[in-house]
Amino acid sequence: MNALLLLVPIALLLGLLALLLFLWTLRTRQYDDLDGAAARILFDDTHPKRGRR
Amino acid sequence: MIALGRIQPGGEEGDAAGVSSAPAAACAHCAAPLRAGAASRFCCAGCEGAHALVAGLGLDAFYRRQETAAGTLRPPEAPPETDFAALARPGKSGEHSLELMVAGLTCGACVWLVEQALAAGPDMLRARASLSARRLTLLWRGPAARANDFVALIARLGFRAAPWSPACLRATEDAEGRELLRALGIAAFGMMNVMLVSVAVWAGADMGEATRALMHWLAALIGLPVVLVAGMPFYRSAWRTLRAGRPNMDLAVSLGVLATAAMSLSETLRNGAYTWFDGATALLALLLAGRVLDRAARRRARQAVAELLALQEGTVQRLTPDGRAEHVPVAAIRAGERVLVAAGERLRLDGVLEGEEALLDTAATTGESLPRRVPAGAPLAAGGVNLGNPFTLRVTAAAADGSLAAMARLLERAEQARGRFVSIADKAARLYVPAAHAVALGTFLGWWLWAGVSWQAALVPAVAALIITCPCGLAIAVPAVQVVAVGALFRRGVLVTSPTALERLASAGHVVFDKTGTLTEGRPVLLDEPGRPASALAEAASLARASRHPLARALVAACPDAPPAPAGVVEVPGQGMRRGTTRLGSARFAGVAGSDEGLTLWLARPGLSAVPFRFADRLRPDAAPAVRALRDLGLEPELLSGDGPDAVEAVAEAAGIGPWQARATPAGKAERIAALAVAGRRPLMVGDGINDAAALALAHVSAAPQGATDLAQTAADLVLRGEELAVLPFAVRVARRAQRLARQNIGLSLIYNMVAVPCAVLGYATPLIAALVMASSSLLVILNALRAGRAPA
Repeated sequence: MNALLLLVPIALLLGLLALLLFLWTLRTRQYDDLDGAAARILFDDTHPKRGRR
Repeated sequence: MIALGRIQPGGEEGDAAGVSSAPAAACAHCAAPLRAGAASRFCCAGCEGAHALVAGLGLDAFYRRQETAAGTLRPPEAPPETDFAALARPGKSGEHSLELMVAGLTCGACVWLVEQALAAGPDMLRARASLSARRLTLLWRGPAARANDFVALIARLGFRAAPWSPACLRATEDAEGRELLRALGIAAFGMMNVMLVSVAVWAGADMGEATRALMHWLAALIGLPVVLVAGMPFYRSAWRTLRAGRPNMDLAVSLGVLATAAMSLSETLRNGAYTWFDGATALLALLLAGRVLDRAARRRARQAVAELLALQEGTVQRLTPDGRAEHVPVAAIRAGERVLVAAGERLRLDGVLEGEEALLDTAATTGESLPRRVPAGAPLAAGGVNLGNPFTLRVTAAAADGSLAAMARLLERAEQARGRFVSIADKAARLYVPAAHAVALGTFLGWWLWAGVSWQAALVPAVAALIITCPCGLAIAVPAVQVVAVGALFRRGVLVTSPTALERLASAGHVVFDKTGTLTEGRPVLLDEPGRPASALAEAASLARASRHPLARALVAACPDAPPAPAGVVEVPGQGMRRGTTRLGSARFAGVAGSDEGLTLWLARPGLSAVPFRFADRLRPDAAPAVRALRDLGLEPELLSGDGPDAVEAVAEAAGIGPWQARATPAGKAERIAALAVAGRRPLMVGDGINDAAALALAHVSAAPQGATDLAQTAADLVLRGEELAVLPFAVRVARRAQRLARQNIGLSLIYNMVAVPCAVLGYATPLIAALVMASSSLLVILNALRAGRAPA
């Protein structure tokens, strides 16, 4: 019983945290270009600016 | 298949000059197949320049990763004309930003290339491209005029940029879709956390009363707000349909979910055996997942259509009083102003022809396949294409008041009429929802009055019946099939833009074709002539390379191997090309006694007899097989054209179409479609022109081929992105199969209900059983729906 009093709030808190995280990703428009995000990870950012000057 | 013929850069950079003529060699930039024995690694100078540019920026990793179709990355020969500087928005401290639609941005490597190439500029602050929306956002420090440099750079890489139009924005901005996604996230969170508590109650047979009460309260604490917030999309839609007096599936869902939540709250207060918050939240999550997927599939199609439209939107050349021509957006032109219409340009405004007579291709407005000579002072309707000299047009109506806008308003009205179509899911709901509610009510009254239990206890089996009949499988049954079928069609280049288009396509029993641009290619094609020497064609095509005239382009298309235009070629606007004493152009220009009947170019060379090149609009190569396949599917073909009887009859015969009608006006076409509809024939209209738009909007279902006018594309339910008509019968087969699967799915979920409902009515159902029924029936219909994507037999 004591374990429940501790574990259930922890479980709910973690779930709530994930939900807030999800809402944040939604608000910052991270789902607008799913295809692009999937492809982007495969390429290196060359940053020609930093490389050259 | 692209990688097969691709020359890997890097290793061959230095020694490629002479050794690249291997069989099946492809252009090192755009991957188009090269001529056998070509000395160069590139198909054209543009590609060579692009490759050098990419290599110079150190970005040749692009070629190892790109997945574009062969030939799509070939840079255009002429630089873009639009003045993008006017579109750049100034920022606070000297920066400018610009949004562009970039066509050809089809793979991750393309996005990377464009972003990196732009970011190499010293003044570029941010260059970010979106793959799914094809949207490029630029932010730079410096003057607005830099915009044109950036666009030119994009063009040199082989991509085409267009201003980011409001249509693109409408297709991309999807507030409702985002709200669905948010609701899905909340429902999924609620479902998983309530389940955590509920599983304890299901499993905990030896759980104490107090512990169970704690569990119930926890479930209520999570479940209630989740049900209220995440269910909003359903409640709103249910309220709308309730006020309209047409119950739909959303009403059943809303009632089921809300009743379940209320009953569970009452059970919590009573500390009953079970609460049903898990069922309510799981139901919401599953249904929302279906909606989100459905929307995403159609959004992709809408974006693709918006991309096609953005490419057609251009600028016009306004003539200032002092005789200069400036590129401005169409919307900026007012009545009474004068615009210059270049050779090959499409008229975008209504007006009166000034100056000399003009040669106009009016296929899009009247369906005539032969160009018409228009005398000076004649009124011209927007939509025609100038095939002759550049001419001046005095605009009689601004874009918003012109004939195109009037037609667009007409279409909107027709569109609303079509909204009355009742989909199969709605039909099922109309029968099903009252039945399910009657069963629940009967259960409640039976237990309360007849079996004599308290009303709270009687509520439990009644609401259990409601949530078990609550059509999880049924509500997912149709969207799941739609998502899979629309995706399969998208991959074949058929863009489905309307939610009920597939259903309407499946039931079509008649197909009406337009001729010019639909069954035919809609542009002049060089006719074969047996006696013509090949060297003459090559020489003419080489001269023609220097011109943008439609006939010159057709000549180049007929002989793509022609060498680049030699130095010293001079274009005499509207007449022809001249190099020394060699001339290519109209009979008069070439000094030939022949005629210019139809579409003819003459090549006159010193010491040789003049060679004519005749052009005509040609039947698409797959028109006849496509018509045959459609007839085999039970769609009776018919041809409606604004062109003359001779041309229409010839095309009808070649395509294998029986009934045809020539000289059909736009109103005449719409009337014929309406007559077919009245006769119960459910016509599928396929057309591309402005004169087809009304018929397209009126038809039971409609399709527009590639290269159709933007009005036709907006009016049509399906837009074909490829060159071929053969995808039409494919689309019909997919639609019919989807319809069959949707019916099967509805049947499947009904069978489930027949088993589960008596169980619930008799009071044997527990939340565990409800969860199992819901999950398994949903899984079954989803698996069944996946079959819609397989190639139909």
